[in-house]
Amino acid sequence: MSALKQFAAKYFGEDPVFARRTFGGIQPPTFKEHSLRSRIMSSPIPPQLTIPIGPGNSGEISLLVGIGERVLKYQKLAVMTFYAEGRSEVPVHAPTSGVIISIEDSVVADHSQQQQRCITLASDGHDEAKKIEGQPDYVRLGSAGIVSKIRDAGIIGMGGAGFPTADKLAGCGDAGPEFLIINAAECEPYITADEALLRERADSVVMGAKILKQASAARRCIFAIEDTKPDAIAALQQALKEQLSIAAFCELVLIPSKYPAGSERQLIQCVTGIEVTTGLHPTENGVLMHNVGTAYAVYEAIVNGKPCISRFTTLCGQALKTPKNFEVLIGTATDYLFELCGIEPTNKQKSILGGSLMGNELTSDKAVICKTTNCLIAASANEIPASAPEKACIRCGFCADACPSRLLPQQLLAFSRTSDTTQLLEHGLFDCIDCGACDYVCPSHIPLVSTFKESKTLIENHEQSLLRSDYWQHRFQFRQYRIKKEKDQVLSRKKEVPEQPVQIAEQAPNTQNNEADIISKEQASRDIAAAVARVKARRDEKNK
Amino acid sequence: MLPLISHWLTQLIIGAGLLLICVYALQKIYQYVHQQLGIQKSLVTRINRALPQTQCGQCGHPGCLPYARAISLGEASNKCPPGGLETILELAELLNEPVRGLDPAHGQFRDFSVAVIREDECIGCTKCIQACPVDAILGGPKLMHTVIESECTGCDLCVEPCPVDCIDMANHIAPSLSQTTPLYFATHNSLGVST
Ligand code: SF4
Ligand code: SF4
Ligand code: SF4
Ligand code: SF4
Repeated sequence: MSALKQFAAKYFGEDPVFARRTFGGIQPPTFKEHSLRSRIMSSPIPPQLTIPIGPGNSGEISLLVGIGERVLKYQKLAVMTFYAEGRSEVPVHAPTSGVIISIEDSVVADHSQQQQRCITLASDGHDEAKKIEGQPDYVRLGSAGIVSKIRDAGIIGMGGAGFPTADKLAGCGDAGPEFLIINAAECEPYITADEALLRERADSVVMGAKILKQASAARRCIFAIEDTKPDAIAALQQALKEQLSIAAFCELVLIPSKYPAGSERQLIQCVTGIEVTTGLHPTENGVLMHNVGTAYAVYEAIVNGKPCISRFTTLCGQALKTPKNFEVLIGTATDYLFELCGIEPTNKQKSILGGSLMGNELTSDKAVICKTTNCLIAASANEIPASAPEKACIRCGFCADACPSRLLPQQLLAFSRTSDTTQLLEHGLFDCIDCGACDYVCPSHIPLVSTFKESKTLIENHEQSLLRSDYWQHRFQFRQYRIKKEKDQVLSRKKEVPEQPVQIAEQAPNTQNNEADIISKEQASRDIAAAVARVKARRDEKNK
Repeated sequence: MLPLISHWLTQLIIGAGLLLICVYALQKIYQYVHQQLGIQKSLVTRINRALPQTQCGQCGHPGCLPYARAISLGEASNKCPPGGLETILELAELLNEPVRGLDPAHGQFRDFSVAVIREDECIGCTKCIQACPVDAILGGPKLMHTVIESECTGCDLCVEPCPVDCIDMANHIAPSLSQTTPLYFATHNSLGVST
């Protein structure tokens, strides 16, 4: 490997800025070789596709097609509008031609495995495509043009987070970030989708990176990949060399291979030395990160004009005869893919979605592939470690050594068990990235990560309810103020005194200081008291 | 020459040490006073913050703040059903009292729910608007009324006054403010209510 490193250093220059220092991490067996044995296979068109639009309760869905309508490949089917962090739009497109047969909720193979609104398309087998137009000369589009095309293509982060790519680009501002990092570090066991993509289509990925750099106006573009992937590195170097006409457009950084090196914050820290502030997006610290899968999708969208209708997904596990990587159409059912790989149902113990460390058990065989499904494992019994009984913490400190966020899991565990919120926050609970490295090394088999996840949810819920109660209090006080104001106006009209301007500044209620003032608003109190009396009376009635 | 230097050095070191100790002590005193003052000033505020601000009046007071004042004057702290077990535990800890279960005379624990008006049955009498403690109902005389879901505290006060019984309490997962109420921060800060 050192020869490769020297090679990289010679061609792309060592950079003293780069820290290349990592913290913690583990090196579990990777099992990557099985799915890398064959080339990427384009999955055949299944008879039926169930295309997820998005979770119905997190935004608005506008449908562009109706049931019974015939659609063409690449046709826009619906647009999902999210309001979570500002407004963002993600359209979905038809992966093939066919007829829409239903629009209803169904389980989607993403992190949460929740029900999402889906469009079901019965394919007609013709794969008849709408006319699409690419723009190989992307520089002519300008930054805004590229971003709007990416938005129109419905591209979201293919690494797993699923944040709309266009919004991430737009979030960088005009000045642009210092670094654009293309994340080719795929550290979790079993997953090889990115590695396979680089081996076979590195030049498209490099082109995609170039487009992303143009769109974001980043000053430096860096490919980060682990030093244990010689094929992918060689392909990448070849592609970079061919594209070097644009001077020093891209650098290649080899990072040590361990889990979780590919996690966003850890990779940024390793490659640039920048520590991303807790609670901020990396773009706010001047780093923009995209996955290689995203770069490929961007290439397809801009150069070929193809919207995002497929993704690369690894299928592996000992219950499959031929594990491999698929270029799979969005909306394909997981059991259809398992069958393509020759699944042995008797051998399968359980299906896992995602890698073996951060993944979750797949709850439904009928779940459909969405834009963030990177790996499906059909695990046999001997691949799943038998769950050992939990023992007491022996304070060995292995977990602290393994934690990539430099936390103290054993302390966090103690504070979680006593619900000590102050200490949990002090000890950086929200810097925990749920990587599971601590679980992996703990000799006492303590379920550390799930405890931390629970604590996080509890704290977040509590904060939400405090925010909400503040708001309600404010609304309550405002109502009392309004009632008083209205009464004053009526009084002053009765006296036929010319109406005086209401002095909002003086009368506005203020929780912190004039509590007494609020109490004295007798009218309001009487109103409420009357309402209370009514409720009480009703309750008495019920009790009788 | 040498003894002279060491003499100076010793004095310097002792002086610096004393200075550090003084600074440290002052800091501690400042912290202590600050803390004491903080507790004194904001007992009512702190109790109030532990209450859910549903403003339902089930505790027998016209709102949460009056109840907070009553608690600070010695009233029992287990009369708030909407707050659930959490409020009871928090208040017991704050007041350094033993934990007592909810006073059944004031109601029972219940899941969070919001009012929903069956709109085609509404006769537009405006009675519910007058009962709503947080102005969460929208409508006018002889016009259809509706509850703004994200504003509703689930206090139940509008159900009783409705002459045609067209308001239901629907179980509902509490909305997260950042998503549902864009007005939140705009209004919130203008009236000096701090988070
Ligand atoms: S690794 Fe497990 S046993 Fe060791 S200190 Fe951490 S929690 Fe305790
Ligand atoms: S799960 Fe959290 S605490 Fe455990 S090693 Fe990973 S980052 Fe550290
Ligand atoms: S019972 Fe209702 S009014 Fe009283 S403190 Fe609780 S929420 Fe507020
Ligand atoms: S009290 Fe009932 S009928 Fe009257 S306005 Fe409200 S919802 Fe309509």
